[in-house]
Amino acid sequence: MTVHNIYIFDKQGSLLFYQEWNRLKNSGMTREEEAKLMYGMLFSLKSFVNKISPLDTKEGFLYYKTSKYTLHYLETPSGLKFVLNTDNHSQGVRDLLHQIYKEIFVEYVVKNPLCSLNEPIQSELFKTKLDAYIKQSSVYLTKSM
Amino acid sequence: MSRQRFDTKKVNSELVTLTYGTLVAQMVKDFDNPDDVSKQLDRIGYNMGIRLIEDFLSKTGTGRCLDLKDTADKIQSAFRLYLGVQPNVVNWSPAGDEFSFILDSNPLTELVELPEDLKQLKYCNIICGAIRGALEMVQLDVQSWVVQDQLKGDQNTEIRVKFIRRLEDAMPAGEE
Repeated sequence: MTVHNIYIFDKQGSLLFYQEWNRLKNSGMTREEEAKLMYGMLFSLKSFVNKISPLDTKEGFLYYKTSKYTLHYLETPSGLKFVLNTDNHSQGVRDLLHQIYKEIFVEYVVKNPLCSLNEPIQSELFKTKLDAYIKQSSVYLTKSM
Repeated sequence: MSRQRFDTKKVNSELVTLTYGTLVAQMVKDFDNPDDVSKQLDRIGYNMGIRLIEDFLSKTGTGRCLDLKDTADKIQSAFRLYLGVQPNVVNWSPAGDEFSFILDSNPLTELVELPEDLKQLKYCNIICGAIRGALEMVQLDVQSWVVQDQLKGDQNTEIRVKFIRRLEDAMPAGEE
């Protein structure tokens, strides 16, 4: 099991934060381009899922899976978007994302008055805490593939 | 009580009352006009609300509001979480777009007495600002103001909330 990378977007769709752990293949474009592409895809997927759904959706889009990785998506009611790529065997990533929101993002970004809420996160404390949190979670287990 | 369930650090409410009182007193000194103070309190509340909503959402794990009734219930639980009081939701307008919170005790105004020359100061405006800021972050545009105030001789504190409109989700940049 392994965690590849994480993206955090604000409600306007700008990238607040990106970090990678075990990413073996790069997209071959700049980080900004990649983030725009990612956000556009999420936005379309979300509206697609809601439009095509035969029932009333509650949470809508949750994750997608390919042969190699799974992309997990958490959107808060305030429009923050957490995207985490893991391998296909990871369990309980949704809970992990919610915990990251609650214990890392709220604690070290929202409660830090020096962190603006619509600019990329600069806080070193946030970075180290997030890194430590991901590394001690059960989803993260370094294994070269 | 719910406060224990969320494992929040508790603060003596008198500390909050006194700190808030100091802030207001300082602002009354800084500004000549009490209306300016009211406006600033509303603005501070708004800035607090913008951040407070994230704390609220992450602690309670609630989803988006289905209707205004739902919104009122959630604000009610936020009052319990952050101020330790349980206001009643009353006085719904016939159209269902306005309602009031009645607080029989207001932690912000305990130990407070307004002097004669500051009668038009809206002491609790910070709450109105916080409600407005928090709801704006969940795509709800509202107005909020104080109708009754214990500091002005009323029996209860009443905070009115009026729904204006639902804000639209932002489109990604460069995609029309």
